[in-house]
Amino acid sequence: MQDATKTSRKATFPTGIAGSGMTSVELDIPTSEPPVLPPNEDLSVVGKRTPRLDGRLKVTGAARYTADVRLPNMLHAKVITATVPHARVKSVDISAAEKAPGVRAVHVLERLLGSAVVRDSSKEIASKYPIVRYSGQPIAAIAATSPGAAEDAAKLVKVEYEVLPFVVDADEARKPGAPLVFPAPADMAATAGGGGGGGGLTQAGNVRGPARGGMFGPPRGDVENGFAAAEVIVEGEFRTQVQTHSPLETHGVVADWRSDGLTVYSSTQGTASVRDELAEVFGLPKTQVRVITEFMGGGFGAKFGAGNEGVLATHLSKKAGAPVRLMFDRRTEQLAAGNRPSSHQKLRLGAMKDGTLKAIHLVNFGTAGVGTGAGAGGPAQNMYECPAVLTEEADVFVNAGPAASFRAPGHPQGCFALEQVIDELAERIAVDPLALRDRIDTSESRRLERRLGAERIGWSRRKAPGSDPGPVKRGIGVAQSVWYRFTDMDSACEVRIARDGSVELLSAVQDIGGGIRTALAQVVAEELGLQAADITVRIGDTNFPIGPASGGSVTTNSITPAARNAAHDVKMQLASLVAAELGVEPSGVVMRGGTVAAGAGGKSLTFRQAARRLKTEQIAGLASRSANYSDGKRAFDRYGGVQFVEVAVDTETGVIRVERVVAVHDCGRPINPLAIESQVNGGVLQGISYALYENRQLDRNTGHMVNPNLEQYKILGARETPVIETILIEEYRGRSSTDAGGIGEPATVPTAGAVANAVYNAIGVRLREMPMTPARVLAAMAAARKEGGRA
Amino acid sequence: MSAPVPLTHITRARNGRPAKRRAQFTVNGEPVDVLFAPHKTLLEVLREDLNLTGTKHGCELGECGACAVLVDGEPVLACLVLGLDAEGRDVTTVEGMADGPALHPIQEAFAQYGAAQCGYCTPSFMLTAQVLLEKNPSPSRDEIREALSSSICRCTGYVKIYEAVELAAARMRGEEADILEEAIYGR
Repeated sequence: MQDATKTSRKATFPTGIAGSGMTSVELDIPTSEPPVLPPNEDLSVVGKRTPRLDGRLKVTGAARYTADVRLPNMLHAKVITATVPHARVKSVDISAAEKAPGVRAVHVLERLLGSAVVRDSSKEIASKYPIVRYSGQPIAAIAATSPGAAEDAAKLVKVEYEVLPFVVDADEARKPGAPLVFPAPADMAATAGGGGGGGGLTQAGNVRGPARGGMFGPPRGDVENGFAAAEVIVEGEFRTQVQTHSPLETHGVVADWRSDGLTVYSSTQGTASVRDELAEVFGLPKTQVRVITEFMGGGFGAKFGAGNEGVLATHLSKKAGAPVRLMFDRRTEQLAAGNRPSSHQKLRLGAMKDGTLKAIHLVNFGTAGVGTGAGAGGPAQNMYECPAVLTEEADVFVNAGPAASFRAPGHPQGCFALEQVIDELAERIAVDPLALRDRIDTSESRRLERRLGAERIGWSRRKAPGSDPGPVKRGIGVAQSVWYRFTDMDSACEVRIARDGSVELLSAVQDIGGGIRTALAQVVAEELGLQAADITVRIGDTNFPIGPASGGSVTTNSITPAARNAAHDVKMQLASLVAAELGVEPSGVVMRGGTVAAGAGGKSLTFRQAARRLKTEQIAGLASRSANYSDGKRAFDRYGGVQFVEVAVDTETGVIRVERVVAVHDCGRPINPLAIESQVNGGVLQGISYALYENRQLDRNTGHMVNPNLEQYKILGARETPVIETILIEEYRGRSSTDAGGIGEPATVPTAGAVANAVYNAIGVRLREMPMTPARVLAAMAAARKEGGRA
Repeated sequence: MSAPVPLTHITRARNGRPAKRRAQFTVNGEPVDVLFAPHKTLLEVLREDLNLTGTKHGCELGECGACAVLVDGEPVLACLVLGLDAEGRDVTTVEGMADGPALHPIQEAFAQYGAAQCGYCTPSFMLTAQVLLEKNPSPSRDEIREALSSSICRCTGYVKIYEAVELAAARMRGEEADILEEAIYGR
């Protein structure tokens, strides 16, 4: 790394939106930072649609996922899970299982991960084993020489329960006298992807909280005064269901415990998070835990840390002296691997007749099962300009699997309520929904996104609610996104150039599908004047420099500046070696189009020729993420995003069909638009699936999930997929050496709200409960008719 | 599919588990001769005994479609078929799609379009699309939707999958075709 006596220099960064009036800002940045990266139109690799470097591996079946890892002498594990929703485990008899053919190890969990924990441990129910608090909770695991042998042996484990009263319905759980999920107040830590909830909140019965305020501070202003001053008040009660992540590759690991350290192949969104949890549980130095994630089949926020599966497999490997493969089956995945909490939101909004907001008050009760983090107040707190905002949100414990962060925790549910209430306000004051948002939304990116999206979808042809003739009615709706530009400082890369001119990047960061492998190659290629395919990217291994956890849309923003800085470092090393030969200062060496030259028209070498001048076989640059550039007075950066949805509602059957979506998004400087479009498509479809189909259903009489599969747990499929058009804007803020942002969360935040607003436009009736099933559509229409008749 | 081997033909080994049985069939054009426990599904035989892990395990319940393979040229969910039922059949997996180093046009288009995002469901979609295009070289978007509806994709969002199938279809018909460019505002 460079280290001049002067520690900072002034640099001028492009800011604003490309094509919509760019300007610039001068900032003090550390001297070690590379030169300002010009806007994408002046670049040759970054910002260009680039097929994934690993595309070939994926289409040939050669990409190795954790589920595909096969090691010599590898054993297969089967997890024994609780068959009751609430109990004290009196005994676990493993004697018969241990003697079963092929069995090499059995382990009974001493400590359960992923669940809230009673704050004052002396108040927890006395028990040798973790208290069972949900059906499907992992209790033990068996490792055997084949999956079949492990399964057979698992049936021989005898768990004796002292059954306790349970409650799985959040409304029931709130009532006085409801069975207690925890005997005393309980807390749960957040994961890298968000979720969890503030510690130390009061708890009465199963209701923990409410928490007031959000991640950017306490409540604002005085809502009482705000409502008193308001000329118009709109309010609504909204319910959203529990959604499970349902990645196609379930949670799982292959753990290989050896005397010189532990190696774990893990289907994870955070290699370092798995390492850290295993190091803690097993008392190992972090340097002796290696976590590898070559490819992973989806996570969506549920795959952070080692989890119970990682801990069980590691115990089994340690006991058996052999590698152990443990993948959850689909049922356990549905029950014990995380979910998006429910919400029951009462949202009240006060405004002036011109639309100016005076007060927003949200009261929310959500359940994260035996976990916490059911808040949905982010959009209410952060989307619109409003002097008084109060959110009061409580977690309701029930005997169900713990929630985990799920793609923009709290935000799709929050937008489902907020964006409908905003539309209701627009109707009340007789203003177009887009015009109202133009008045109350200060985000310049969303302003442009509304205009672009309205043009593309044809907003001007939008009709009055319910005015289509005939039984199938069409409508257009809009909703907006808000998310935050979080940075994970634990982001580092090493870039190496070998004497043959080959270039390699190393980082522990994992590619969870978003395409960071390719984005990193693009950034390095841009810096060195090469093509993305020229860069070998080795990631997903904690033996490499630390990488960020991929949650909360942090990956690209966090790791690409480290990649560029490392590439710049090694570039300057190479430049120094050839500068004299080229007859310029090192800073005058330009690398572009595969050449290393003394500026335009000057003497030049090919990149390979230049690399041959290396005095050693290899040179390398290592860089960690540096702090976001700032002038000390810039607000926390946010992402916008606006989605327009066109639906057809069959008023005789109640079936909603989403026909077309226009998604307009920003993510800072786009690195690979091709991959960004895929992320947007995926976010939109998860949003539609959430809005219309997905629903974890628990039987209140038995406490079991009735649809722990992918058949009755309905996920949108090929037939239900609409046309999706993505429009991406390029937004520059001068925040880092790449100024790139993320897109995973923003893409799914507004979808359900936009579907709901489109449904209202189609039929003139509001759906305030998700999923918006045919039965709910028909019931809402019937209720509206009844109300209309009475009036 | 042929009738399964009657259970009475299965002998019991000493440890109480059924003895392994032998099956002969072809996988990706190569004859295989495998010995495996008779209860194993074709998915398990492919992944565990033949080390062909390109065929993915998603639910083992016939719900997610990730394990689709071709048996005698028809898409089949390998988790719902006994390995013994493959006797004498021709099985094609994703590993058999390419012709040596040359990718199948469907593979080429999926890679080029980014139709493989996390990539876990990709093999099943490509094999199913291959059968579709063999039968119908110019499918409509709705026909593609219908043909591919047996597999779930949780992250890419189908759109690029359809576009990739359409691109591959055009190229297989001998047309010159390239990927669609989406609009980026400001360019």
